[in-house]
Amino acid sequence: MTSRRTNTYIGAAIERFEDLRFLRGRGIYVDDVPHATTLHAAILRSSVAHGLIRVLDATEARRRPGVVAVITAAEIGPVPVIPIRLAAWPSLEPFVQPVIAADRVRFVGEPIAVVVADTAARAEDALEAIALEIEPLPVVADRDASAAGAILLFPGAASNRAITYEGRKGDAAAAFRSADYTRREHFSVQRHTAIHMEPRGIMAEWDRIWGRLTIWGASKVPYPNRKILAGQIGVDPALIDMIENDAGGGFGVRGEFYPEDFLIPFAARHVGRAVKWIEDRREHLIAANHAREVECTLEIACRRDGRILAFRGHARADLGAYVRTNGVMGPRNVAQILSGPYDVANIEMDVELLLTNKTPAGTYRAPGRFEADFFRERLIEMAARDLGIDRIAFRRMNLVPTTAMPYALATINPLESTTHCDSGDFRQTLDRCLAEFDWATKSRLSGADREGRRHGVAVSCYIEGGASGPREDARLILEPDGTLSVHVGSSSVGQGVETIFAQIAADALGVPIERLRSVRHGSTGLVTEGFGAYSSRSTVMGGSAVLDAAAKLEAQIRARAAARFGCAPDAVLLRDGTAIGPDLAAIDYAALAGDGLVADGTFLNERRTHSYGAHAAHVSVDPRTGHVAVHDYVAVEDVGRIINPETLHGQTVGAIVQGLGGALLEHLVYDGEGQLLTGSLADYLMPTASDFPVIRGVALEEHPSPVNPLGAKGAGEGGIIPVGGVIANAVADALAAEGVQPTALPLSPPRVWALVEAARNGRK
Amino acid sequence: MTVRFDVNGRRAEVAVEPRTSLADCLRHHLGLTGTHLACEHGVCGACTVLVDGEAVRSCLMLAVQAEGRSVVTVEGLSNDAALSPLQAAFRRHHALQCGFCTPGMITTAHALLTEEPDADADRIREVLSGNLCRCTGYVGIVEAVLEARAAYRGHKADAAS
Repeated sequence: MTSRRTNTYIGAAIERFEDLRFLRGRGIYVDDVPHATTLHAAILRSSVAHGLIRVLDATEARRRPGVVAVITAAEIGPVPVIPIRLAAWPSLEPFVQPVIAADRVRFVGEPIAVVVADTAARAEDALEAIALEIEPLPVVADRDASAAGAILLFPGAASNRAITYEGRKGDAAAAFRSADYTRREHFSVQRHTAIHMEPRGIMAEWDRIWGRLTIWGASKVPYPNRKILAGQIGVDPALIDMIENDAGGGFGVRGEFYPEDFLIPFAARHVGRAVKWIEDRREHLIAANHAREVECTLEIACRRDGRILAFRGHARADLGAYVRTNGVMGPRNVAQILSGPYDVANIEMDVELLLTNKTPAGTYRAPGRFEADFFRERLIEMAARDLGIDRIAFRRMNLVPTTAMPYALATINPLESTTHCDSGDFRQTLDRCLAEFDWATKSRLSGADREGRRHGVAVSCYIEGGASGPREDARLILEPDGTLSVHVGSSSVGQGVETIFAQIAADALGVPIERLRSVRHGSTGLVTEGFGAYSSRSTVMGGSAVLDAAAKLEAQIRARAAARFGCAPDAVLLRDGTAIGPDLAAIDYAALAGDGLVADGTFLNERRTHSYGAHAAHVSVDPRTGHVAVHDYVAVEDVGRIINPETLHGQTVGAIVQGLGGALLEHLVYDGEGQLLTGSLADYLMPTASDFPVIRGVALEEHPSPVNPLGAKGAGEGGIIPVGGVIANAVADALAAEGVQPTALPLSPPRVWALVEAARNGRK
Repeated sequence: MTVRFDVNGRRAEVAVEPRTSLADCLRHHLGLTGTHLACEHGVCGACTVLVDGEAVRSCLMLAVQAEGRSVVTVEGLSNDAALSPLQAAFRRHHALQCGFCTPGMITTAHALLTEEPDADADRIREVLSGNLCRCTGYVGIVEAVLEARAAYRGHKADAAS
């Protein structure tokens, strides 16, 4: 006899546990952790994009009131560098970032000194007393200057090029030679990034007696970060406790190992006290990872009937001043997923990673995917138009058919990295999207002029790869009172994983969800191994580990009950937190728990899941101002299995609006001296409540993933992937009469206006 | 210097530096950490509190300016027993993810609905456009505020008193 396999909670819109504290202002983010005696750190950062430190003297600063210590490279000794966490490769090594600038600075915002004082205000005051002279060097302001190599940023490297990734499949050159139709275009996506609402923050405490470090504010990947810090600071990882607090958003940026992740723990040990550093917004804009700055010359080759034969392209990414932990992932992904959901036999895509004197880059939600989808979907739209083929028919004919699953994408060299779409029916989500959007009606608006605004529509298809990688552990505990606790290594950056894991555990054990007393995650003390939250993996990886732990816990409960009943374990029925024997005697789990039962589960999977779907948009453009309004936006995705439709829908809608920000508003603008011109939230425009009122999402679970026991697929990023392409295509549709073809994001009013003007002047 | 004001219905007397913002005073001197700081230049709205009933950015106001006034934070709009109708609507409509902007959304929406319990979706979007949220895309937030209107109708006179 086996216990009832309920599916009571998975798939239900369970209201989130987390909300009860967040809504009352009782979340504990890192700056809210009570600590009576902590000191405060402020960081002196370079105001020069490229230069040599000639004078650095903190004598006067150390005399300032309240100052306990000033730490520079001199106090640290040999300066550790921050290793690459993802896709490490020997050619990248010269470009990694030191935790503090010793003699040379390479971007505005690079840390030079840390002041520790009794209050944050006094620490900031003392920054001004540090004598600093930087001899400016010529600035590598953009990719052209970087590629030219007249100024070399790293004495140990022969060029400013970190690596060139090659996406390869089939024989693109041959396909281009035999093609009926080819077209080449140049596209670009602007530098922008996550801007999670809570800036970064760290509190570290050094316990002199036991030699232990405790770090609050850990996020995303606490286990790997602990390992990095342990190596840098010379402390056994087992003596470092990384504690994950509530985190105000991540989106790929929060929780990577940054210089401050060394500097603040180092400062705590240096002064023998707790030290806290809370980033301010200007610091965040110049110090935390930027993303997405990629340009691409892309060619498409087709048969006359519209079948895509090949893509061939060359992209250049501006990586900023250093190769950070995951800095290569966006450009790498551009090379791999250029073909997206389409069946393209021949691909030759090179992506050069170039260093400049800007803030270093890292991943931002759907790294490389947002960029690649913009390039591809724009070019497909142009090709369909050139060939006189309906753009939907063009896409439908080229989508990977269900029968071709698992479907291999381009291999990335030199990593020799391969990946496959695991399952799915891409035409189904396209058709459903068109139906939800009411394409038949709305597409009649193409090019229509209504009160001076021109209307346009577009639809695009995408895939979202994710949810694989290192092992995740989970621990399930049957507490003495019969309640259950879940501990997982994967972390939360605000997605609602506490609720998700409770749903999965409650269903796996067949108990009411009220029995789940606590779900704890992300802190290194909880489980032996964990990794973290990236690549839309928390639910799939952590959830699968919870399933494994649940099966083991159930076996223990069953064995205990069987001993009580004097029957075989498989004669015990487990239901709703009660064990029932063959004679129908019932024992509550509380009576079986003793001092508590503990079961550890684990999950390891190197194969990615691929969610997929289609998005459609209806926009209007005012040619007089260049303003783009989004009247309707519809997303349809298949995520394999839906754990919580509410949190999934929240991920989708939130990601779409972020994508609309990237498509229309957000831009980290630099001048020729490497100074960020958009250094506040008044200059860096993010979507507000009045910008995009109509966003609709439909989630399907028609094609479960075969690569994990939940059948779930990573789904936190899909919403953002196609947005740039869809919006740009809708703008092109609206302005087709002028022949406007947007090739660069963001489609801000001045840029759209200039496109309209250029098209009109070109026709005269 | 010493500043005296009411916070969440209680008398507070706090020694602050003249430069201390109201937000820092609430968070660090009074332990009211529900008020969040996300930009400290008055753009994001996360630090919004009610001062004499009006939604105010506590990062742009000095603590000493609160002298003699009545300040209400998200903690003052909450109780242990149950979520308020506005909070419950936020939960029901999944109007929050990371929760960091949420206290500012709650205080701003409370101030709006107290004055304008019939505000329509456009008006709600207009007022909330001063509060940034990076997680939700605002759709759930606007739905939640629309739903919560019912709880504010008929209470305008009470709230103003």
